Amino acid sequence: MAVTGAILVLYLIAHMYGNLKIFSGQEAFDGYAHSLRELGYPMLPENGLLWILRVVLLASVLIHIYAAVALWARARRARPAAQRYKVNKRVARSYASYTMRYGGVLIALFVIFHILHLTTNHIAPGGRSDSPYERLVNGFQPEFWYVTLFYVLSVIMVGLHLRHGIWSALATLGANMSRRQGTLNAIALGISLIVTVGFLLPPLAVTFGLVS
Amino acid sequence: MNITLRVWRQKGTDDEGRLATYKLTDVSPDMSFLEMLDVLNEKLTLEGEDPVAFDHDCREGICGACGVVIDGEAHGPERTTTCQLHMRSFKDGDTITVEPWRAKAFPVIKDLVVDRGAFDRIIQAGGYISAPTGTAPDAHAMPVPKPDADRAFDAATCISCGACVAACPNASSMLFTAAKVTHLGMLPQGQPERASRVVKMINQQDEEDFGGCTNIGECAAVCPKGIPLDTISQLNRDLLGSLSKGVG
Repeated sequence: MAVTGAILVLYLIAHMYGNLKIFSGQEAFDGYAHSLRELGYPMLPENGLLWILRVVLLASVLIHIYAAVALWARARRARPAAQRYKVNKRVARSYASYTMRYGGVLIALFVIFHILHLTTNHIAPGGRSDSPYERLVNGFQPEFWYVTLFYVLSVIMVGLHLRHGIWSALATLGANMSRRQGTLNAIALGISLIVTVGFLLPPLAVTFGLVS
Repeated sequence: MNITLRVWRQKGTDDEGRLATYKLTDVSPDMSFLEMLDVLNEKLTLEGEDPVAFDHDCREGICGACGVVIDGEAHGPERTTTCQLHMRSFKDGDTITVEPWRAKAFPVIKDLVVDRGAFDRIIQAGGYISAPTGTAPDAHAMPVPKPDADRAFDAATCISCGACVAACPNASSMLFTAAKVTHLGMLPQGQPERASRVVKMINQQDEEDFGGCTNIGECAAVCPKGIPLDTISQLNRDLLGSLSKGVG
């Protein structure tokens, strides 16, 4: 859970960096997207490193989901429905930790939609295009407010997922010590805020006409 | 004080159980929570009803026998054991819901009494040291650095009451096991079995059908002894070390 989560967080940060290229214009954005296909070339065949990354990411996602389902099933077994508390009160748990399971499902559904939308372009609100820049600009026009809304909600859910996930991964990997607990939580909060804002800026900039 | 109690009544392990409502008048704010339950039981006995079964022993907050979920919080609103909780923490006219620890690994024996034998079996799996016994050694015969001794002692204050499991949304016993692993792992006497201890205790914990830890932190927040959450990271460090050495 922790290791695959860490891989996915590192990927998200790289992905966010790429997205922010939108503010450098169409040429920079499309050029960056194209350069991803040539990463490692000519050492590796064209698209080689991209496919290696895709396989690593897919494996991470699948292992992450498997671990999550196993933890969920164990929790269900450890406190079956008949043994639920009649009155239950949250004492310390954060809202972020509360959203981990259903938020994870939402994120998984979003990722599928996201790939169909902006990677393969099978779903193309506002028209298909070979330019990643145009796909993005077309997809987040004000008339497709529902696409933007789903995107915004999903990214906020990703932020909450990271807020608890990064802290939890660090604790699982043994990094937590009493005097460090505040620092680890601050790191988790910091990264999740940066990632949330970094992913929200490009589509909102399109919707509000700052990028066209 | 007038108090309305909603108490979990369950005749035995296989009984379904239900919440029963009782009204108590003239409750003194100076009574402990258990004394208030004693008053309820006197009343029930006089009325020819079955008294509410609950675990208790020292009533000084050191044995770990008592422990119920009060209004959704393990050991109630104060960070102490149920026996050290007093009725002054409640208001006149309050309705208080009292439930047993709820986990598959802690089956209800009767009413509020649960079987915490699963904890004993986790200890039997590795929560001990195999040291030759005899007369107590001199205190300075085996020097222990002060920070290590402090950390071991903080973890050793665990009274195995089970509040961590009761409060955990996953019903995990991680804080309990981690307290034992940290307590023994910080001291020189605990070193020979350190690598195998954590693996054996975790395996037993899984076998008892406790849930998995997701670092939510409810356990440490309700622990009457303030066992720190970082013991769980200590356990994970020991476990990673053991697994990388091929132990278990």
